[in-house]
Amino acid sequence: MGQILQVNDLHVYYGSIHAVKGVSFEVNEGEVVTLIGANGAGKSTVLNTVSGLLHPKHGSVVFEGKDLKGVPAHKIVEHGLAQVPEGRHVFLQMTVEDNLEMGAYTQPNSTIEAGIADVYERFPRLKERRKQIAGTLSGGEQQMLAMGRALMSKPKLLMLDEPSMGLAPILVEQIFDIIRELHAAGTTILLVEQNAQAALSVADRAYVLETGRITLSGTGKELMASDAVRKAYLGG
Amino acid sequence: MEFLSYLISGISLGSVYAIIALGYTMVYGIAKMLNFAHGDIIMIGGYVSFCAMFYLGLPNIVAVLLAVIVCTVLGVVIERLAYKPLRSAPSLAVLITAIGVSYFLQNSALLIWKAAARVYPPVVEGSMQLFGGKLTVSYVSLLTIAACVVIMIGLTTFVNKSKMGKAMRACSEDKAAAQLMGINVNATISATFAIGSALAAIAGVLLCSFNTSLMPTTGSMPGIKAFTAAVFGGIGSIPGAFLGGLLLGIIEAMAKAYISTNLANSIVFAVLIVVLLVKPAGLLGKSVTEKV
Repeated sequence: MGQILQVNDLHVYYGSIHAVKGVSFEVNEGEVVTLIGANGAGKSTVLNTVSGLLHPKHGSVVFEGKDLKGVPAHKIVEHGLAQVPEGRHVFLQMTVEDNLEMGAYTQPNSTIEAGIADVYERFPRLKERRKQIAGTLSGGEQQMLAMGRALMSKPKLLMLDEPSMGLAPILVEQIFDIIRELHAAGTTILLVEQNAQAALSVADRAYVLETGRITLSGTGKELMASDAVRKAYLGG
Repeated sequence: MEFLSYLISGISLGSVYAIIALGYTMVYGIAKMLNFAHGDIIMIGGYVSFCAMFYLGLPNIVAVLLAVIVCTVLGVVIERLAYKPLRSAPSLAVLITAIGVSYFLQNSALLIWKAAARVYPPVVEGSMQLFGGKLTVSYVSLLTIAACVVIMIGLTTFVNKSKMGKAMRACSEDKAAAQLMGINVNATISATFAIGSALAAIAGVLLCSFNTSLMPTTGSMPGIKAFTAAVFGGIGSIPGAFLGGLLLGIIEAMAKAYISTNLANSIVFAVLIVVLLVKPAGLLGKSVTEKV
């Protein structure tokens, strides 16, 4: 179980706003690691920096021993990092199948069909809707599509940004079941969530982010039991 | 019979507008900018083919290919130098830059080729007599309509079926998500400019063949009309540009024939205003509904 992702002393700015102030954490192979925190704590900023959409002012992102500094966002996928962005961001005007095909953009054409079959096996719902335009799917289905699309690139690390956002409780449960299944299948996952309860219940380890800094870390169970976390994020 | 001949001339004029509008609409769809220099690329295409035929004595088909190559390169270079540095600038800055590029191209042409109009002989000559000589259709008209249909089918297939075309649609919808898929957005935008400019070169040759004349401002009015056609059909939509271009050409030809030559342009733009009042997104424009 080697280290797969290492983030060191990351500082990210939006113009003059210092959004992430020296964040360090790591993810080991096969783990589910979660970053929890309130809205605006800088969770998505961290993920987008790892994905290369944002660039850090200081600090480094090291993936499988390779510093990703200066690697453009579209090259990051080829290294084995895939992100399911906040708000899903599926291609609304394209069909389910075309969305999945875009997920495999960096993969050789010959493997795409098998990849799509794998995704359909995990998400039978998507198979039923394969020819449908993604904009006509429900929120939960769009989340499944976004996750399936990310899996198409055969990532070594799957990053999920607020997968439960805006979903009904029953769907939230479904999405977290899928995360458990992926974990059981050996996928390494970095999960960003506001829903601390659900996130901690699936996580091997967790970090609490507050206004751009990591204030607490530990195993999922430890944090679930911590008074500070319970007061701030679990409703008492 | 008269009506039929006006209709054919309208369709062929409309086909030229449609080819130009396709370039406008593709660039708008993907780069989200109005490339007002698009019309002037048409003019450059006209001059390059003209020079190739008359100064270099090349066969027509080679001259057309040369125009396509020069315009493609020019379009990509303009995007790199003038628009790419403004990728995150406000859209007004990009628009003004595009107008600047338009004037730059026109004045460069003025410097190189002078202001006087050149006589541009059609790339294909002759015409066909139908109904015992009652209806004359020029080969240029037929070539234009055929070119437009082939381009339209080719582009639609490319955008819907090919991986690159789908990547273009993905970029058009959501650039950040496209990057997360591993799509190189800058390369995709360059490819879009290349395709748009190649189409402009073809439109330039056809337009000059129609007008049988060429000067540095040749591309301005057709450029604006094609832009109108793109908006008319629903900007960003490929079938929309095709439909908008054809309708615009037909309306213009009919207005010239039955109402007044002088009022033709006013009528064209009046129709645009009415269409936009009723359907603000254009005839085939998509208003995306997002389910949450």
